[in-house]
Amino acid sequence: MRVVTPKLRLIDRIYIPALIKGLYTTIKHFFMRRFTQEYPEEKRKPFPGYRGLHRLNKDHLGRVKCVACFMCATICPSKCIEIEADEAPWEDREKYPVKFEINTLRCIFCGMCEEACPELSIQLTHIYEMADVTREAFVRRKDDMLGTNEFWVLKEY
Amino acid sequence: MSPFWIDLIIMLIKVIVVMGALLGGVVVMVVVERRGAGFIQGRLGPNRVGPWGWLQPIADGIKLFLKEEFIPAQAYKPLYLAAPAFFMFIAFVTFAVIPFGDKVELFGRTIQLQIADVNIGILYIFAFASLGVYGIVIAGWSSNNKFSLMGGLRSAAQMISYEVALGLSIIGVLMVGQSLRLNDIIGMQTQYWSYLPRWNIFIQPLGFLIFLIAAIAEVNRIPFDLCEAEQELVVGYQVEYGSMKFAMYYLGEYTNLITFSALIVVLFFGGWHIPWIEGLNIHPLLLALLQVVAFVVKVFAFLWFFVWVRWTFPRFRYDQLMRFGWLVLLPLAIFNIFVTGVVMVLIP
Ligand code: SF4
Ligand code: SF4
Repeated sequence: MRVVTPKLRLIDRIYIPALIKGLYTTIKHFFMRRFTQEYPEEKRKPFPGYRGLHRLNKDHLGRVKCVACFMCATICPSKCIEIEADEAPWEDREKYPVKFEINTLRCIFCGMCEEACPELSIQLTHIYEMADVTREAFVRRKDDMLGTNEFWVLKEY
Repeated sequence: MSPFWIDLIIMLIKVIVVMGALLGGVVVMVVVERRGAGFIQGRLGPNRVGPWGWLQPIADGIKLFLKEEFIPAQAYKPLYLAAPAFFMFIAFVTFAVIPFGDKVELFGRTIQLQIADVNIGILYIFAFASLGVYGIVIAGWSSNNKFSLMGGLRSAAQMISYEVALGLSIIGVLMVGQSLRLNDIIGMQTQYWSYLPRWNIFIQPLGFLIFLIAAIAEVNRIPFDLCEAEQELVVGYQVEYGSMKFAMYYLGEYTNLITFSALIVVLFFGGWHIPWIEGLNIHPLLLALLQVVAFVVKVFAFLWFFVWVRWTFPRFRYDQLMRFGWLVLLPLAIFNIFVTGVVMVLIP
């Protein structure tokens, strides 16, 4: 490739106007509006459709909606959902999960599980602060996920 | 007490105050530089430690202090250890001749607000400023590391090249001022052309420009920080230095920066002179105080300018640096001397 050197006029070759232009640019940035969000004090507002921590929804009677159909566990690309089903104590369904665990260390938050779920039972919330100190703490159990129920998910489809 | 002891005590007080002011200046500069960099880049900069991040330098200091004192096995230890101390020492000593205020009359004695009133003040500064390069070269050599050595060599070449331009650029000022004593140079600048103060910036604009550029090169700052050059040389001569030894280089660099800002102010911006204040009949002590404040403000303006330049321009390439120093700055400086001479002959 041939490199074409642009022809410089005298004013470009003196270089000082360009330097002053550069200084002007940086000082403009100095007074610019900052977009920094100071994280621990200022929480980020997740955008609609953000995929955070899972939750299990309840129905109008306060029972877990999940019918233990294993759709989510099957579709899950990282195979991190572990469900143990048992006969449901209620009339309107056959099964319900006695154990429902998601290993969030393996989860990639793809949202496939909530798309696969026929009952709209599993959903991803806006919770993004999931740091913890032990590996066990990252395995979210059924009761944990039922507990995150108040975090509503704004979905735009 | 005999006059000797009183003089000695006054001198000691001055030394302590100036040392303290320099260290304080470095502390302020650390904050200004880091937060200024943040603002220029559209960030906030370090604002966590203390109000507005003002305690950041203390946190930095504690961190450096608590780091492990590490000496590389292949280094030549005596020089390796001496280099940072030497560098910092030179940096502090250079400031001694900078006058930061006018004479004050206190308890019947005249006190010069300057540590040493040397009659060849400028030569003193140049002599010591060029000694500073030894701290860098020795560090580069004794660390026994390729990057350090390259950094040291580059620094030596750069300092020598730019010192020529630096020295020649102030010849014009010396010709106008007819003295090498910094106080006389300031004294010259306290006069007026009708209303305009006779600051040297108006007489020697070209000299000022050359001095400014060469001064940035002398204190090894971007765009002339070839000896540090993170991308090619990691950080050049400082590669093998950590903990307090690194802190010493840090301190020394900022002290150099303050010294050169002060020198620019003294040579071209009237030092402690406040224009148009003579007619106001202010109490002499208050006036002296105001003048010191004016000096500090001017110095900080230039320190800010250095920060501003640092976060604006990219670094030179090595050959560009050399070509610029020898083929542009040096001829310009000589041209400036020539023009000054001609004008002085034509307009006595
Ligand atoms: S979000 Fe994806 S990876 Fe995580 S549990 Fe659901 S399907 Fe599995
Ligand atoms: S969460 Fe939904 S998809 Fe998963 S087992 Fe329960 S009902 Fe089936």
